Amino acid sequence: MNKDDALEVTSLKAYYLMNFFGITREVRAVDDITMSVRRNEIYGIAGESSSGKTTFIKVLAAAMRPPLQIVSGKVEYRFGGRTISPQSMRDDDLAELHWKHLSYIMQGSMSVLNPVRRIQQSFVDFAKRPLGLGGKAFQDRIEEHLVDLQLSPKVLRAYPHELSGGMRQRVTIGLATVCQPEFIIADEPTTALDVVVQKDVLSLLRTVQRRMGSSIVLVTHDMSVHANMADRIGIMYAGRLVEEGPTRTLFTVPKHPYTAHLVASLPRIGDTARRPALEGRPPSLADPPSGCRFHPRCPLAIDKCKTDVPPLVTVGEGHRSACWRAADVKPLMASAANPVTA
Amino acid sequence: MTDLLHVDHVSKRYAQGGVLSRDHVDAVIDADFSLNRKAPEIFTIIGESGSGKTTLARMILGLETPTSGRILFEGAPVPTTGTGRQRRAFMAKVQPVFQNPFEAFNPLKRVDRYLSSTARSFLGLTKPSDIDAAMDAALHKVGLTLAEVGGRYPHELSGGQLQRAAIARALVCNPSLLIADEPVSMVDASLRMSIVNLLKALRDDAGVTVIYITHDLATAYYISDRILIMQKGRVVETGPARVVLDAPLHPYARLLKASVLSTADAGAGRLEPSSALIAECDGLLQRADGSRLVAQADGRQVRVYG
Repeated sequence: MNKDDALEVTSLKAYYLMNFFGITREVRAVDDITMSVRRNEIYGIAGESSSGKTTFIKVLAAAMRPPLQIVSGKVEYRFGGRTISPQSMRDDDLAELHWKHLSYIMQGSMSVLNPVRRIQQSFVDFAKRPLGLGGKAFQDRIEEHLVDLQLSPKVLRAYPHELSGGMRQRVTIGLATVCQPEFIIADEPTTALDVVVQKDVLSLLRTVQRRMGSSIVLVTHDMSVHANMADRIGIMYAGRLVEEGPTRTLFTVPKHPYTAHLVASLPRIGDTARRPALEGRPPSLADPPSGCRFHPRCPLAIDKCKTDVPPLVTVGEGHRSACWRAADVKPLMASAANPVTA
Repeated sequence: MTDLLHVDHVSKRYAQGGVLSRDHVDAVIDADFSLNRKAPEIFTIIGESGSGKTTLARMILGLETPTSGRILFEGAPVPTTGTGRQRRAFMAKVQPVFQNPFEAFNPLKRVDRYLSSTARSFLGLTKPSDIDAAMDAALHKVGLTLAEVGGRYPHELSGGQLQRAAIARALVCNPSLLIADEPVSMVDASLRMSIVNLLKALRDDAGVTVIYITHDLATAYYISDRILIMQKGRVVETGPARVVLDAPLHPYARLLKASVLSTADAGAGRLEPSSALIAECDGLLQRADGSRLVAQADGRQVRVYG
């Protein structure tokens, strides 16, 4: 394990295994993922619904419930010189790991905060034990933290419904970061927010992350959020990681047809050129296509794609792609760096 | 009359609170625009949540009654109540498409039943072969076929297919106006452009006027002809879409444009919040009572404050 890595995932396979009257049915939601996240880095995971991204972060957060199981491979964190593997931990140790070292910003701030408890009580529930501070010191700490997040300490006395969507999302970011965790998993942190508030919350999240020097795994289907937040991006399709690389590289020289499409289909202000639409439908994970799972929708597919699974191989500096025809993938639209005037 | 739809100085005020603490919220304040019958277009209404864009759409559909002002469809007031003949005739011409296709369809009902009941009640068809033909024709317009959709339940279709089926449902009765409330925000990224391109094709090929409600400026720029930007119930800037979005004049329109996450310099991490513009917009809201829309030389109207 590289000493700069905060998280290393090796050949991880996590399936939903269901047993009906002796017939075992498996859904391969995470199929053979190998990746790592460095310290002080925002790693973006992009993928559409049923691409397995939520299953993947459930495994990362050690929040698995049957029928989800790790079939093979491993997940290892490195916190302060210790190597920790959450899948082999007892529940007591996991409770200590959560919030202090590993925390979670969940989607939908309205449903995360308890509607009948004041924000103050939510902070006590989450942070009192991991912080290990008493009375006044604890109070000072959370008030100071809220001021850092541009919130007035008065919100501590409010109920969640009294706050606006942007404030609630800032409170959930506050809960997730008050214990200064080394690793944060953010699941669609701004999807429910308006455009103006979204930019505000994202900029805040990044400022906090840079100051604490922690790592964030940011999951969202919105490529424009990744473009502005992530240092590196991993693209998931039907349970597999199909491409990974530095943000700028993925947006300018994608080496997987799916990424090329995602980037090209983003409309931009000031540009009315016709955007291509991808035909077909996302595959079902219960019955994925053979070979490369993207081949039924891929414009570059050849016979080999139908039978052989392409491995994730290095195609450039820090850039990996799982495509047999990676060398033939061209950006579909003019990139911003060299725009074509229509 | 050449107006397809005329929204004539419409306001909507909701009452709030009990007898002693009576208060009110102005959801829409003095909205005024019209759509031409001869020239089908995509008319976009943009605003954040709470800007009144959905209330405006519900009033056009006749689901809410305006507090003041009136809405005329083809010269006649929009019938709001009941299921009488007038209301039916109106519903056959103005059809909605909702945000989340997974919520719009009952999961226990086959998708084609929605299409066939629309054909039966609005086209007055009774013969099964006629109904099938009407359904197939509508599905063809959205790039689906009856063979693909017939007999399927909503969970058997992808989000994109389901949203296209929802649009096909609205097209069964050949409406002249389609009101699409955030039709792409719940659809997967790879399928989103197929819906947006479909709306464009409906305007160009089928001559359907579309009112497209969204908070996404980038798709609005991509497909719309005219645009109307709302802030807390008030129209702050309206005009030809490209003119307005290329160089917005009102601070709120500038703020919306500045908040769009650009992919042009991916990886550069440009995320400075626009605090000055936010403060300016909040300040303008305080002074909004005496404000009015003023026409500009380039065809747009911008709100000015006294």
